[in-house]
Order: sequence, then structure tokens, then C-alpha cells
Amino acid sequence: MRFLLDDEQQAFARSLDAMLTAADTPSVIRSWSAGDPTAGRALWTRIAEAGVFALAVPEAYEGVGPLPVELAVAFVELGRHAAPGPLVETVAAAVLLTEPEAAKRLLPALASGEVIATVASEGSYALDGDVATVLLTVDGEALRLAPGHGPVRTSLDPARRLTRLDPGGELLARNQPLPRALTWARLATAAQALGVGLALLDRTVAYVKQRVQFGVPIGSFQAVKHQLADAKIALEFTRPLVFGAALSMDPADVAAAKVTACEAAYATARTALQLHGAIGYTAEYDLSLWLTKARALRTAWGTPGECRAMVLDSGLSGDGRRS
Amino acid sequence: MDLNHSPADEAFRAEAHAWLAAHVPPEPLPSLETEEGFAAHRAWEAELAADRWSAVSWPVAYGGRGVDILKWLIFEEEYYAAGAPGRVGQNGISLLAPTLFDHGTEEQRARILPPMASGEVIWAQAWSEPEAGSDLASLRSRAVRTDGGWRLSGQKTWSSRAAFADRAFGLFRSEPDTPKPHQGLTYVMFDLRAPGVTVRPIGRLDGKPAFAELFLDEVFVPDEDVIGEPGQGWRVAMSTAGNERGLTLRSPGRFLAAADRLVDLWQAHGDPSDTALRDRVADAVIGARAYQLFTYAHASRFLQGEPLGPESSLNKVFWSQYDIALHETALDLLGAEGELADTDWCEGYVFSLAGPVYAGTNEIQRDIIAERLLSLPKGRR
Repeated sequence: MRFLLDDEQQAFARSLDAMLTAADTPSVIRSWSAGDPTAGRALWTRIAEAGVFALAVPEAYEGVGPLPVELAVAFVELGRHAAPGPLVETVAAAVLLTEPEAAKRLLPALASGEVIATVASEGSYALDGDVATVLLTVDGEALRLAPGHGPVRTSLDPARRLTRLDPGGELLARNQPLPRALTWARLATAAQALGVGLALLDRTVAYVKQRVQFGVPIGSFQAVKHQLADAKIALEFTRPLVFGAALSMDPADVAAAKVTACEAAYATARTALQLHGAIGYTAEYDLSLWLTKARALRTAWGTPGECRAMVLDSGLSGDGRRS
Repeated sequence: MDLNHSPADEAFRAEAHAWLAAHVPPEPLPSLETEEGFAAHRAWEAELAADRWSAVSWPVAYGGRGVDILKWLIFEEEYYAAGAPGRVGQNGISLLAPTLFDHGTEEQRARILPPMASGEVIWAQAWSEPEAGSDLASLRSRAVRTDGGWRLSGQKTWSSRAAFADRAFGLFRSEPDTPKPHQGLTYVMFDLRAPGVTVRPIGRLDGKPAFAELFLDEVFVPDEDVIGEPGQGWRVAMSTAGNERGLTLRSPGRFLAAADRLVDLWQAHGDPSDTALRDRVADAVIGARAYQLFTYAHASRFLQGEPLGPESSLNKVFWSQYDIALHETALDLLGAEGELADTDWCEGYVFSLAGPVYAGTNEIQRDIIAERLLSLPKGRR
């Protein structure tokens, strides 16, 4: 029993943080949202070079995975910097591609960042289908390479460009491991949401320390402090759920982490908006990049209700009643 | 990162499990906030202590087993999963004992800890006063020097367990004119049946005498019952507030067991189409797991020598809010039966309502989180 990240995992987080800080993600996000993915593609390559996608790709296909704990470490950082693109979807694609022929063809390029993948089940939206170069549709039991995508619809989070994928296309596999891919996608989303929440808290704490009203920083007022304390509590009790789920990769544990992380991030977003006042309600101010993502992630890869139902239907892995 | 217990820890779990299976009373004891229930819980403490299960983390010399915090957490998981009684000795074991380990003398530990472990002496806390609640340092009860000891006078209140307990511990003002209110306080233990002590039980929300007012009139306390240096009481009391105590006041095992019982209740009485209630049951399951994992992370840090300080305020707010939400969900699930006062769920609900108030109100805890974990500027309370 030692429920702490080891030195290597912590160093991995720090190096990703340094890389993403240097990349100036807010400007990358804004051009991505405006339909110019050039800077986003460059950032994608650096994320891949840092080894993030390889964590979900088996060694046989030029990855280093499966390493879910490290993946969670990475997605917390990606969330903290609000990195754009179908990051979670590319992880899901990597897990879906188990059929040897398709895996050999696509996984190495996915791990290296040469390929950006997105995935949707039939009738739902695929994230960033206009930028992704591999479009996967889960059509019943079948996994297909979609021939194209429909028009882009804007998400509340402008960095999330939603498209429907065209029906038909090449059949890649007949029995895709959808439940397993869903678990990986939910874990990545949970970690990403935790990162979004942590960034919102950090930014808001910094803001209330320097914003002066009535002659003092507003962060000295109890009404302000207590909202931030509640956000801190919610996020600190999310962190162990996310890493506990990454250790077990039990679908119910991951669902619990997903719903909790998204609730905590969203509650922190509401607090961040309130404590920033009017400036927080503008698209121009960078806080908006995290505020809107916190809302969008709540329903991505499983609604709060679906996740909670799964927890009750299956029970968590530490629960004696399952053994 | 590893959530698996060592074989030695699992063997300890099996030993605790077997002992509890053989000894836990088949029927729940009467409420420990009644005279009859208090006596029954005291007898249970003696039964635990006879086989060294009442304070497993204490050294063997004082009646414990000398185990580390991970084994303590395992014991607590087994204890509450077995449906074992609430701990009437908790105030002493989790509030006074850590202070004695850090600041007491060897003589004090040898004299006080074994009868605390056996339930022979049950301790009440005596912190609050009518004019000193959250602003504890403004307390006015006095300790005046006398031959061979001190004389205590003044009034304490909201003293948990004091209606039936044997002794109490708290802070007293031993130097009247100090520049700051938290200076000149002394940490004292005293006998609740000593001459000059009047105990007036107070009925909590359901009328049970869960706490009491204490009136002290020149109560003699020998020097040997002062912990730490006279005048240093604030430092003595606060130094253990943030470390192990933060981890041990409410163990995850208690909430894991309660969440398990809630799921049983949901499966027996729940309407599957009531997704609002279903979500609250799921949140209780998730919250217990979050608290357990949070505690394992903190225990891991503690075991590698990192100090635990203001993080214990995160704990306090979380479990106290969680406990209420869990019991509210259970009462809602019970429907019309939910208002009956004589059920374990209702007893637990009434108990939970005090959580956000005692052991430092949640407002004080949020101030600590904001100022010490988020580094926000101090302001007027």
C-alpha cells in the first residue's frame, strides 16, 4: 500500500506542465476554435512526442501501454492547460483498434501523433471531425472508417468542434471492445476535468488576491474564501478517485471518478465565474476557455446519471459485496 | 502507486475479522447517549481491551498493539463492517491520547492510558464556554496556582459525553493579563466527580443527554494533571489538531459500512424509477470510497514522514457534510418510517447533524483551508 504518485510519474507531470506552459495554450485554443488548426497540430505533435498517446497503445504497436495511471497523470495536465483537440477520442480509438490488421496499420501513427483520430457511435457527434485524419464509427458491433464528416457544429466550448460522421465506410473490425474503450475514455475525461477544475481554482485564487474592492483584496472576505474552500475540498476528494480508478480500471470505479470529477470541475467553474464578476463572463478573458470546457465535459462520454447508475448496478471494486 | 495491502496487513485484517465475528453483540446496544447505553458501551470497551483491540495503534505497554496507521485503518474497516458498537471512549482515545503521546510525561501516559483503553475511565472534552465557541482562545475559566496544583473555576459547556463520563480535559486561563488571548492558557485534566464540579446534562436535539454544562468552583487539580508547561496550553492543544488526529477522528471504515447499509436499504425499499434518490445513494457510495482513498493517500504521506497540517480541515468538512447527506438519503428512502425516532438510521441522523458544528465548526475549517492551503489574505471573521 502506497497510494502516491512515484517520482517518475511526478516528473512526467512536471515536464508536460512545462511543455504546455511554454506552448501558450490559450492562443492555440483560440485559433483552433476559429478553424485554424495549424498551431494545434504542432501542439498535438509535441504531446505525442511527450509519449501521451503511446500510453494507450500496446508495445507490439510501437506504444508503451497500457499505462492508465500515467495516462491519468497526463490528462490532468492537458486539462489544466485546456489543450484542444480530440485527445480523449484518440485514446478511445487506440483502445478500439485491437483487430491485428487495423492495429498494425493505424496504431503506430496514432502513438507518434502522425494521425489525429476521433470516434463516435452512430448518430452521435465526433469531436473535431474536421481536423482528425482517422474518423472511426462504432456501428453496432462493427468498427468502421468513416468516409467523411458533416458540417461543424459549435459546442458551448468553442474549442470543441462537433461533427457527425458520414455513414458506411471501410469495415475495420466486427467485434470492437467498446466497453473497454469507454472505460479508457471516461478515465481520460475524468482526469481532464480534474485538471480543468484545478486550473479554474488556481486562476480564481490568483484573481481574488489582487482584485481590490472596499480597499482590500476580495480574497480576504469570508464569503469569497468559503466558496473557494468548497471548491478545494471537491477537487482534493476527486483526485484519489481518479487515480484509484486508473489503478483498478474497473468500469464502476471509472464511472465514479468521471461523475465526481465533472461535478467538481463544474462547481468550481460556477464559483470561478461568480468570483471573477463581469470580466469572467466575457469570451475575451481566458478564464472562458476553462469555464466552458467544464460544462461540456459533464456530458461527454457518459452523463452524470449514466455514471451513477453504473456505480450502483456494478458496485465499486473495493466493495466487499462484489467479492 | 499501489492499493494492495501487504500479506502481513491482510493477516492482521483476518485476525481482526475473526475476533469481531466472535464478539460483536448480535443486537445493537442501547444508545450510548443514555445511562443504560453508556454502561453497555463501557462494558464493550472492556471486552475490546481485554484482547487489545480498543486502541490498536498504541504501544503494547499501554494496552495497544503498536500497529501503524494502515493497520489502524484496516481495523476500522473491519470494525464497522462487523456492525460493532459506537466508541464511547472516542474522546479520550482520539483527542486526549495523541496529546499525551506528544506532550505528556511517561508517568502520565502510564497512569492515564491503560484505564482509558479499558473503558474504566471515560473522558469528556471541556473546550467550549458560553462566550468562547469558535473563538476558543477568548475562554475565561481560570486555573489559579495553589499548593501542589491548581484551582479551576468557571463554566464549560457543550461538553460531549460529560453527562456520564468520569474525567474531562480542557484549557484554562492561568495568566490573566497576557497581550494575546491564546497566551497564558494551561491544558488540564480533571475529575468530573471532584468537589466543586457540578455537571448539568443538556439534551441534544432528540432530548438525549449527549453533552453537558460544567460548573467549576475552586476545583483542585494536582500538578501531575497538567499536560505540558503551564501557560503553553494553546500550543499543546493545537499541535495535535492537524496531524494524526485529522486522520483518526472519523475513520473511512465507518462511512464505508454506512454506505453499504444504505445500498442494502435501496435494494430493499428503493423505487428503481426514482433516479433522483438513486443518484443520492450512488453519491453516498462514491463519497465513502473517495474518503477512503483520500485517507490512504494521506496515510501514505504520513508514513513517509511528511507532516500533515491544515489538510485535516478538508477531511473535517467532507466527512461532516457526507455523514448528514447519507443519513438524509436513508430517511428519505424509508418514507413514512423515516421519521420514527427509535431506528439506527434516525439515531445516526441526529448524531450526524452535530458534525459540522463540533471539532471546529466548518466555517472555521473553511477559513483554515482558504488561508493556509490557498494562501488567501486574513480578514475579519
